[in-house]
Amino acid sequence: MTQRYVMSIDQGTTSTRCILFDWRGRLVSVTQREHRQRFPRPGWVEHDPVEIWRNLERIAPEALAHAGVGPGEVAAVGIANQRETTVLWDRRTGVPVAPAVVWQDTRTAALVEELSRRPDAHVVRERCGLPLATYFSAPTVRWLLDHVDGLRERAERGEVLFGTMESWLIWNLTGGPDGGVHVTDVTNASRTLLMNLRDLDWDPVLLDFFGVPRAMLPRIRPSSQTYGTAKRVLPGVRISAALGDQQAALFGQTCFRRGEAKCTYGTGAFLLLNTGAEPVASTHGLLTTVGYQIGDQPAVYALEGSIAVTGALVQWFRDQLGIISTAPEIETLARTVDDNGGCYIVPAFSGLFAPHWRSEARGVIVGLTSYITKGHLARAVLEATGWQTREVVDAMNADAGIALTTLKVDGGMTSDNLLMQFIADVLDVPVVRPMVAETVSLGAAYAAGLAVGYWPDLEGLRRNWHRAAQWTPAMDRKRREEEYDNWRRAVERAFDWVRPAAGSS
Amino acid sequence: MPGPVQSIERAAAILRLLAQGSGRLGLTEIANSLGLARGTAHGILRTLQLVGFVEQDKATGKYQLGAALLHLGTSYLDVNELRSRAINWADALAARSGEAVRIGTHLQGRVLVVHHVFRPDDSLQTLDVGMLLPLHATAIGKVLLAYDANAAAAVQEGEPERFTRRTVRTRKEMSRVLATVREHGWASDVDEAGPGEAGVAAPIRGYGGLVVGAMGISGATERICDPGGRPRPELVGYVRDAARAVSRDLGAARW
Ligand SMILES: Nc1ncnc2c1ncn2[C@@H]1O[C@H](COP(=O)(O)OP(=O)(O)OP(=O)(O)O)[C@@H](O)[C@H]1O
Ligand SMILES: [Mg+2]
Repeated sequence: MTQRYVMSIDQGTTSTRCILFDWRGRLVSVTQREHRQRFPRPGWVEHDPVEIWRNLERIAPEALAHAGVGPGEVAAVGIANQRETTVLWDRRTGVPVAPAVVWQDTRTAALVEELSRRPDAHVVRERCGLPLATYFSAPTVRWLLDHVDGLRERAERGEVLFGTMESWLIWNLTGGPDGGVHVTDVTNASRTLLMNLRDLDWDPVLLDFFGVPRAMLPRIRPSSQTYGTAKRVLPGVRISAALGDQQAALFGQTCFRRGEAKCTYGTGAFLLLNTGAEPVASTHGLLTTVGYQIGDQPAVYALEGSIAVTGALVQWFRDQLGIISTAPEIETLARTVDDNGGCYIVPAFSGLFAPHWRSEARGVIVGLTSYITKGHLARAVLEATGWQTREVVDAMNADAGIALTTLKVDGGMTSDNLLMQFIADVLDVPVVRPMVAETVSLGAAYAAGLAVGYWPDLEGLRRNWHRAAQWTPAMDRKRREEEYDNWRRAVERAFDWVRPAAGSS
Repeated sequence: MPGPVQSIERAAAILRLLAQGSGRLGLTEIANSLGLARGTAHGILRTLQLVGFVEQDKATGKYQLGAALLHLGTSYLDVNELRSRAINWADALAARSGEAVRIGTHLQGRVLVVHHVFRPDDSLQTLDVGMLLPLHATAIGKVLLAYDANAAAAVQEGEPERFTRRTVRTRKEMSRVLATVREHGWASDVDEAGPGEAGVAAPIRGYGGLVVGAMGISGATERICDPGGRPRPELVGYVRDAARAVSRDLGAARW
């Protein structure tokens, strides 16, 4: 039977998506399911790994059914995933030992504080390229080992496994307790704080620093290579790629050359710049990370500007405040007014990530007067994404020494025209969306298809990239400067909110 | 658990239809809008009347929302929500057809462009989201006229503008065109909005088959049409498949 399609699984922060692509990189079918966000305490964010697995069990066959094909017609499946989110499970039963701790969770604030005061704390950035922050997996693993009874002993005996979402799904797809393959890829491993950025392997010094037993860790593999064959859900289909979602989007946007960059707007927003075969250290608050690794070729590195909260602020407006009933209504509401009315929202829900890295910051709304309506608030919600983008683009330009001339964007928020125009306005460069907004999924599919020879090479993939929309800057310079200044003053008001003693332990 | 009940879905669609525009529609208009047989539509309307959700004007025989329902307000699919739900399929349609894609809804006797995907040749193009197009001279507009009774009601005043020799202008000609649109489930415009320009469009339906917008491609007549001047069947197929995929995601089971 001819294998006509490649499948991608995008296990995101808010939902899991399954998409079939054809040889030209065109979407053939798509299915999606949201999972619950649990906020059991202030600063805590959890997912249920079993719920996510069940969602996949449901949507993957659905995606095949919509296209009217069987697993035999799928050449390979690639997985992209929310990064850093930590799952620990029992190797024998396959049951998670705790809820998944999501990358936005700040429960490890006090632990991170304590670790960063150690005299040897400098080893972290030197060896893995990342700052010590609650964002990454290692402090979470350590926290769980410290807080769940008997867990450390079980982990040391190799009875409990660690993984980010791709590891959890691959292990389950390949049989779970019955012979499941326990692997991760270089991009996901690069976000743990445990991988040596040059060796691309677990670093004994870092394992020791965080007190994480090696026995619980998955094997690190290239991003594009066959890891095994699915036994469940997609029986017989090769699992041939895994990448963190942001790296997958870089790949899906075909940013294969040094100097090419993209920004993905989902729950958070992430600007990644391909820096080629060498890891580049940032002096402006960006992260050094692995972009991708194809088979046995050398890894390609990236600089990353991570923004924790963009779409999540829209989600908060919808779910916690109930002012809108669907995310896209934020645009409708924002268009009821002409400007922000002097109001700014700094969504430092999990502290502020790039370029500030201030974990003690918390969200603020400033400039409130009786004049402010929910329309102005909706504008401020969207503008927060624009200004945060401006901050990381400024940092990227400073680190790279050359200025970005256009911004390639993707992700769910790119369907918001008001927002995309605002981003073009505040960056003063054109913003371009490619013909596949689901670039995360496309990147995972590309990497899987390359691994099995469905696509021959990177150049062929580039030819699939087309411009679907472009927004051209139209704001005058004076207004832009004034507004940016207001934004920066608002950001300062978010700093220093959580006092060290108030952090949970 | 049994599946959704079709008659209730249809009843909801009729209520949504009545909640839009002028809110007074005859039986035939309602039946046409939802693609229902007159008898079926009548049965549902009678039931809705019975529960007070719908009232019938004794003089004209037209239907409108009943007092019991009015406090529920008027709501239909937000246009930004529609774009967000359709964006993946609009992209795929542009990639497959090689042409620009637009999604339109009815606004005060015109087509409001709510989404636009560039023709995938990387040439310079500008986004026309927010632009207004004529209902009578575009494929998207004809779909809206055929299935959205409120759109049809809105243009019944005034003389339609003539853009080319082929622009459909008389009411008689238009009702013949719209009957064909309903029969085939898609519409086209060939050299009607401008010489050398053509388009093909199909309805996007929500729950119960209510048409919430139309999605179509447009480009040079020589690419859209065969030498005989008819839209190429393969392009028509892409447009219909894409519109159906969006409709399915919006909950329109039958299409
Ligand atoms: N029209 C819109 N305007 C503004 N925000 C939007 C719009 N549509 C969706 N969003 C936001 O975008 C996010 C969804 O985008 P996307 O589907 O790319 O994210 P995601 O993949 O679920 O994110 P993640 O991968 O982080 O889970 C949500 O946070 C939602 O609030
Ligand atoms: Mg995502």
